[in-house]
Amino acid sequence: MSKPKVAFYWCASCGGCEEAVVDLAEDILKVVEAVDIVFWPVALDFKKKDLEAMADGSIAVSFINGSVRLSEQEEMVHLLRRKSQLVVAFGSCSHLGGIPGLANFWNKETIFRRAYFTTPSTVNPDGVVPQEKVIVEGKELTLPKFFETVRALDQVIDVDYYLPGCAPPRDLILNAVGAILEGKLPPKGAVLSPNKSLCDDCDRNKTKPEKLTIKEFKRPWEVFLDPEKCFLAQGVICMGPATRTGCDERCIEANMPCRGCFGPTDQVYDQGAKFLSALASLIDFKDEKEIEKIVQTIADPAGTFYRFSLPKSILGRRKMEAIK
Amino acid sequence: MSNSTFEPRLVGFLCNWCSYTGADLAGTARMTYAPNIRIIRVMCSGRVDPQFVLKAFREGADGVLISGCHPGDCHYQEGNYKALRRYKLLSRMLEQLGIEKERFRLEWVSASEGARFQHVVNEFTEQIRRLGPLNFKFDGGSHEQA
Repeated sequence: MSKPKVAFYWCASCGGCEEAVVDLAEDILKVVEAVDIVFWPVALDFKKKDLEAMADGSIAVSFINGSVRLSEQEEMVHLLRRKSQLVVAFGSCSHLGGIPGLANFWNKETIFRRAYFTTPSTVNPDGVVPQEKVIVEGKELTLPKFFETVRALDQVIDVDYYLPGCAPPRDLILNAVGAILEGKLPPKGAVLSPNKSLCDDCDRNKTKPEKLTIKEFKRPWEVFLDPEKCFLAQGVICMGPATRTGCDERCIEANMPCRGCFGPTDQVYDQGAKFLSALASLIDFKDEKEIEKIVQTIADPAGTFYRFSLPKSILGRRKMEAIK
Repeated sequence: MSNSTFEPRLVGFLCNWCSYTGADLAGTARMTYAPNIRIIRVMCSGRVDPQFVLKAFREGADGVLISGCHPGDCHYQEGNYKALRRYKLLSRMLEQLGIEKERFRLEWVSASEGARFQHVVNEFTEQIRRLGPLNFKFDGGSHEQA
């Protein structure tokens, strides 16, 4: 019997998810023994035409990381969907939109203006901006279309499973690969990580006071962080209450608060709104003016609460025209 | 839609104990107010999940009102203070997402304040009429939204 075929692909991502696969170290040899990797642009020299030549549905599973920012990525994920029996959204960007999804606070025009004109390091006296089509010496050159909005993978194609995390940790990847190989799969649409909040697993939970209240918000660099005490009890914003567990608390153990890369649990649709709800209720003031004052001290609430999930939030992006 | 024919669509989350009863009083006392508001009764203003507000805007609301008992009068002691804290933070976040804070409002209306409810709804409707339609559209699939 031939080995199941596996593909890896990257869209708008940083390469960290590819690194996570390589970081399986010697375990990757077990994976390679069990499967045939038929497409992996970052590591192996297969081309798009090789993928196009495969029969539809002939790939057992495609692991796709990154969000969809360009028309090229859209085209490739549609192609991979057609060729694959299963598609796994690999990592935060693919699952929720991720860090590139923060670009949904802007649109193409404002991003291009910033990137090609107004950054202090830009020198562009001729005002050159990337074009989708340009004629050079009589030949037409093309670039992919840059979309107005960044999308998570399941906003573009049908996705079977989600591997959360920025990047997904080793054990979750191995468990997922094992489950797929053995055919022991959860219902379609499952996020392959335990369905409870990070606080449930957090070692610092026991240091949380009976009634947790906040009188002053601090950013991590403004305080010496107690390495054992609940971050929220120190007035530092930690996304733990609204974030799925399964990450082995990598950030917490490095004495940094949770930033929410695993996304919400199944019970919650909008991670940022739910976190806002939890955080605001901890504020220890009843007077309207005092509440107003403390709320103003939170730097960039939307960017903090939706750090990894803006495209998959209820609103999905900022409405541009309302901003003067 | 031009502003002359624009009829604001408002969603109002009213607490069971004060504001909904206040709205009822306005009704039984035959006080007329703008028919633009769609009222949703919740047990407490503290029950209003920020997700409800975002969903209302996404589904086509031009304005969202949360109304609860006056401070100190909450049937559940502190629910309205929670609503107030969430309201302040959510208003800030809505502005970052391009939704003017004038479209989102928190008001205290007691069970005996039918006239106040009438006034709040009329005033809010006119405020939104001046602002115009929100037209928030993001279907999660179309990429040519701006």
